[in-house]
Amino acid sequence: MQAYDIVIIGGGPAGLAAAISARENGISSILILERDKELGGILNQCIHNGFGLHTFKEELTGPEYAGRFIQRVEELKIEYKLNTMVADISKERVVTAISREEGLTRIRAGAIILAMGCRERPRGALNIPGYRPAGIFSAGTAQRLVNMEGYMPGREVVILGSGDIGLIMARRMTLEGAKVKLVAELMPYSGGLKRNIVQCLDDFGIPLKLSHTVIDIDGKDRVKGVTIARVGSDGRPVAGTEEYISCDTLLLSVGLIPENELSRGAGVNMSPVTNGPVVNESLETSVDGIFACGNVLHVHDLVDYVSEEAAMAGKNAAAYVHAAQQCSDTDKETNGSQAQAVLHRISVKGENGVRYTVPSYISPQRMPDRLTVRFRVGNVYKNASICVYFNDTCVFRRKKRVLSPGEMENAVLKKADLEGYDGLKEIRVCIEQEGQEGA
Amino acid sequence: MTMEKRELTCIGCPLGCNVTVVLDNGEISCITGHTCQRGEDYARKEVTHPTRIVTSTMTVEGGCAPVVSVKTKTDIPKDMIFQCVRAIKAASVKAPVHMGDVLLKNVAQTGADVVATKSVAACVPETD
Repeated sequence: MQAYDIVIIGGGPAGLAAAISARENGISSILILERDKELGGILNQCIHNGFGLHTFKEELTGPEYAGRFIQRVEELKIEYKLNTMVADISKERVVTAISREEGLTRIRAGAIILAMGCRERPRGALNIPGYRPAGIFSAGTAQRLVNMEGYMPGREVVILGSGDIGLIMARRMTLEGAKVKLVAELMPYSGGLKRNIVQCLDDFGIPLKLSHTVIDIDGKDRVKGVTIARVGSDGRPVAGTEEYISCDTLLLSVGLIPENELSRGAGVNMSPVTNGPVVNESLETSVDGIFACGNVLHVHDLVDYVSEEAAMAGKNAAAYVHAAQQCSDTDKETNGSQAQAVLHRISVKGENGVRYTVPSYISPQRMPDRLTVRFRVGNVYKNASICVYFNDTCVFRRKKRVLSPGEMENAVLKKADLEGYDGLKEIRVCIEQEGQEGA
Repeated sequence: MTMEKRELTCIGCPLGCNVTVVLDNGEISCITGHTCQRGEDYARKEVTHPTRIVTSTMTVEGGCAPVVSVKTKTDIPKDMIFQCVRAIKAASVKAPVHMGDVLLKNVAQTGADVVATKSVAACVPETD
């Protein structure tokens, strides 16, 4: 069986950044497994610009952003296998992978970093009645067809869902000569970034219909049109507001789901909110030595944050490998088991508008001096504050003019603060409107 | 004297600051709501001469991929976006293409060059 200190599942932005960071933290034996024919993941089809403002202080396109990391991986001579599909990960950290060249291989890993990314929610998850005609695509599939395969999926387009990929594709299809008739969004606000609404819809006069959804798809062989309707506050279509829109294509941009079949197979505990693994301050899952980062952990808004988070995962996995190696050396010397210090574990919870937090647990002994807690809010808030409570004491408060579900938020915790707080049991992150205190 | 108020969403970064520009007889008299210099620059530009970076794909001949992603190296006037995309569509490039290669010079007379944002190797098509 092959063996590596760290095996990284996925060669997209998270996997690349994790690998680079692990190498920079002293791990020489690293393997990236990628199922596609090239590294870079979803960035390869995101040909629009706007990536990397935080990381590189310049606006790059997706392939360019990926290119910088791929170049670094090559420079550092990090091993990777392409066209290789991971079929299984065991609790004991044995990875089973399949490729045309090597057939079925099993790889023993000192640590594993999950970086599989996410998948688009399909039509089947939406309960829209109608036949199954040609012309219904997820926005990401259409993006791949147009930007990488050189095909146009249709001429007259309706887009359901205003997530970023939907907005980006509204512009892309328009530039390629299609008529994008409208973008319908079930919620009363867009799930995408504001700049994408400006640049992708407003620039081209494409209407965004908030609180609207598709209630019927017309056409048997090919989409002929869709019926949209306004939805009430109960989430149900309002009778009498139906409108028929003729089109040959319906794009769905209705959410992303972390791709965690492998994580579940390995017995990793999952969060029902993020659909990603539950992790601690080290981004380690409930299974010893298995770490997670990027969109497989929770869906990010910006790739910069994916890279940042993945670099932490890489660093932590490296520390885990070093510790395990030291431990086994000590074991040999003392010829016996070494009692592991019991770590004090504090739970981190999102409350009052904060849907979840990553991480869910913090051991102050193991956290870095400054730890970024990332989260998303469940609604649009104006002039509200992000608050952090240690037990019942508010220790952090930052005012924000706007908080929206489409954007990831964060709060930075300081190690000194956690260690200096006697009897700390629980950390709560919540949103407070002006004049409101406590929770 | 005509006072005009323009509400913009800054696209300089994902914060998407709401920037208000007050125009006094077409002259900018006041910019508020931005949180960085980039925001002020954007607002100033957006009300006087809005520009965009254009990204698209160009046909590749004899490459491992049928198209290569491209962008205008600098931003071009917003009203030239379609002319620019048409020029890119009308062109094609022979593989290999390297990231950063200039594929079209001075596209649609905008003064901006179109460059490749990805590399595409030359490839013999696979026969199954």
